Amino acid sequence: MVDSVNKPGRLRPAPENFLSEVQIEAVGAGRRDFLRKSFLAASAAMAAPLAARASEGDPNILQNPEWTTTLGQPVAVRPYGLPSKYEAGVIRRESPGLTRVGAASVSFCPLQNLFGIITPSGLHFERHHQGWHDIDPSKHRLMINGSDPEFVKRPKVYTMDDIMRLPPVSRIHFIECGANTGLEWGNVAVPTVQYTHGMLSCSEFTGVPLKALLDDCGVDYKKARFILAEGADGSSMTRTIPMEMVESGEVIVAYGQNGEMLRPENGYPLRLVVPGVQGVSWVKWLRRIEVGDKPYATKDEAVHYIDLMPSGLHRQYTSVQECKSVITTPSGGQQLLDKGFYNVSGIAWSGRGKITRVDVSFDGGINWQTARIEGPVQNKALTRFNINWVWDGKPALLQSRAIDETGYVQPTYGQLRAVRGTKSIYHNNAIQSWKVAESGEVSNVQVL
Amino acid sequence: MSRFSKSILVLALFGASTATFAFDNYKGIGRPATPAEIKAWDIDVRPDFKGLPKGSGNVDKGQELFEEKCASCHGTFGESNEVFTPLIGGTTKDDIKTGRVKGLSSGELPQRTTFTKVATISTVFDYIQRAMPWTAPKSLKPDDVYAILAYMLNLAEIVPADFTLSDQNIAEVQKLMPNRYGMTTDHGMWPGAPAKKGGIGNGGIPDVKNVACMKNCKPEAKIGSTLPDYARNAHGNLAEQTRSVGPVRGVNTTGDAPAAQPAAAAASPTMELAQKSGCMACHGVNNKIVGPGFNEIQARYKDQPDAETRLVAKVKAGGQGVWGTVPMPPNSHLSDADLTTLVKWILSGAK
Repeated sequence: MVDSVNKPGRLRPAPENFLSEVQIEAVGAGRRDFLRKSFLAASAAMAAPLAARASEGDPNILQNPEWTTTLGQPVAVRPYGLPSKYEAGVIRRESPGLTRVGAASVSFCPLQNLFGIITPSGLHFERHHQGWHDIDPSKHRLMINGSDPEFVKRPKVYTMDDIMRLPPVSRIHFIECGANTGLEWGNVAVPTVQYTHGMLSCSEFTGVPLKALLDDCGVDYKKARFILAEGADGSSMTRTIPMEMVESGEVIVAYGQNGEMLRPENGYPLRLVVPGVQGVSWVKWLRRIEVGDKPYATKDEAVHYIDLMPSGLHRQYTSVQECKSVITTPSGGQQLLDKGFYNVSGIAWSGRGKITRVDVSFDGGINWQTARIEGPVQNKALTRFNINWVWDGKPALLQSRAIDETGYVQPTYGQLRAVRGTKSIYHNNAIQSWKVAESGEVSNVQVL
Repeated sequence: MSRFSKSILVLALFGASTATFAFDNYKGIGRPATPAEIKAWDIDVRPDFKGLPKGSGNVDKGQELFEEKCASCHGTFGESNEVFTPLIGGTTKDDIKTGRVKGLSSGELPQRTTFTKVATISTVFDYIQRAMPWTAPKSLKPDDVYAILAYMLNLAEIVPADFTLSDQNIAEVQKLMPNRYGMTTDHGMWPGAPAKKGGIGNGGIPDVKNVACMKNCKPEAKIGSTLPDYARNAHGNLAEQTRSVGPVRGVNTTGDAPAAQPAAAAASPTMELAQKSGCMACHGVNNKIVGPGFNEIQARYKDQPDAETRLVAKVKAGGQGVWGTVPMPPNSHLSDADLTTLVKWILSGAK
């Protein structure tokens, strides 16, 4: 158990923990002067806050702190605001040894520290294929053309000015890398939810439905049933996306993220938003859309982002991120402060629509309770769930299980491995388990 | 009134006529792409070789280029695992015959290379052309790409050493790709039309089916895997990765005593004194706020021998006129020692 004496912000319960055994004996013996002695000791040594705390109250209250007694900072000291210095540990992090080149790598979002459903833009996970650039928006262009000239009546070029003049939509969607949780297919490999699930973020994106631009160019939707999206970075990343999704209006050519422009690491000034589909298809620094009649088998759909099955076949064009959830508080690498009440909190999401229910188990999946869904519940967006829990100090196994509007229930590791084995890397949406030890330490485990 | 109705009618007619031509809705937005622009950017190559540029290159030329531009990352034989996963290796003569890399199912492969996975040679051509070399993407001419690909095909023992790859014979080489039959699209994870309607996959049918049992769902919860001890601290000290307030703390994985607070950018003690004393409300280190920046003060006084004494007096008493009309208030609440420390610090560059 955590030593309650060291618990910050709490009054120590008197008298047992405040008084030494000798003093307690003195009380027992009827001597009344022990308190006076304690006060003398406390006032003699200002560096004995525990004594002062217990005798009169919390020094954080009794002695007005610096911020209550001095002049604070003026406005606009930080023209672009920053988090408190006490939040310095809430940052994106790499997983050591995962990749060997920073320009083709991943940084993980610190899910264990986030509330609600929106990811602060500076904490959005990163995945770059050939490094990122900060592109001059006045020189950025979006071209729309066809694999065959007959598929597009008017191939066009749009500037950012053009795109930002059009009627926009703003929608909240999650983005998850297809390889999220990929390190864990075979066994537990990483300690915290930042590394197990942190290739996941959720933002409000603002932009123009791609359909509006394709209409503007006069696309032949009868013949062109696929699009190729291409980035302006060195890798000029390309992915095939079905025209059905574009026609539905949900694919957006986005420039806005959480009320401001996209961050350079997230595709400034223009990226594709393909709700429910793995992040690699949300092409950043979007420079071109080609419409065509066949899929393209690009590098990231023919060498990578293909799922190896036990048969030796690779599944190609796997794109949808299936229903998934994870408890973020408490989660691996954390320590419960004490026995007693906790709000267990987590996130759920589905690439097939809305989350309808999340169940939580405290015994490794033997018994389940339905959690509270904290609104808003949106299509293909992170959804926050909470459930009350009183920890009795005994070992526990926490799990969450999400259900989406298609009725699909998030699977167990056993169920997924029975079909897909352990080497597919991508699309691991298994139920995550966190073990709470008697010490209060939470660790990553897998329950079959 | 009648004129008003008429104009409504005209507007309505106009609206109707434009609505039938969707392209005209966004007048003045975008412009036609020129043929040269399309040619410059439309470089993708599809599995049916649509988009493939004309050209050719042989294995010898490819080896020369590969050693010059590719080997530093990929190794001379495309075998290197130092920077990226290997390109070449793991395929056999038999795989070339069958079109399925046997090692993928037998478990014999220590690691999947590019050529054990890729089914379509167009993919490799397209990728080299668009993204390689790593630090100078799109610098290769089509003939260079053909040559480099020819060399790689030779390394993978798909073509002989005297081979010349070209737009004319690449479709023949496709028939020799060792994993050409190694892909399946029989799954439910394509978000468009299913294969039977001209798309891909089974139309979204999931491959697993869990049920939402609520009570006594299994006899016991069996832990199949736990975090290995060596991995506990492999991502740094977890104590620093969870916020220092809230229902939980990060576990200290270093075995050391816990750090006092998350390390913010360590400010100098004098900087803290300046902040605490209220100086920074009006002065920036390198910028004017209300009063001059500390850098400006340093620049003005740096060559004056009595600067320190004079400034201490000025800061203490306050003043007006040296830097403009905004007065500096007196700072008599500061001790002489603190005043001297602050002034010395400002004159030495406020670091």
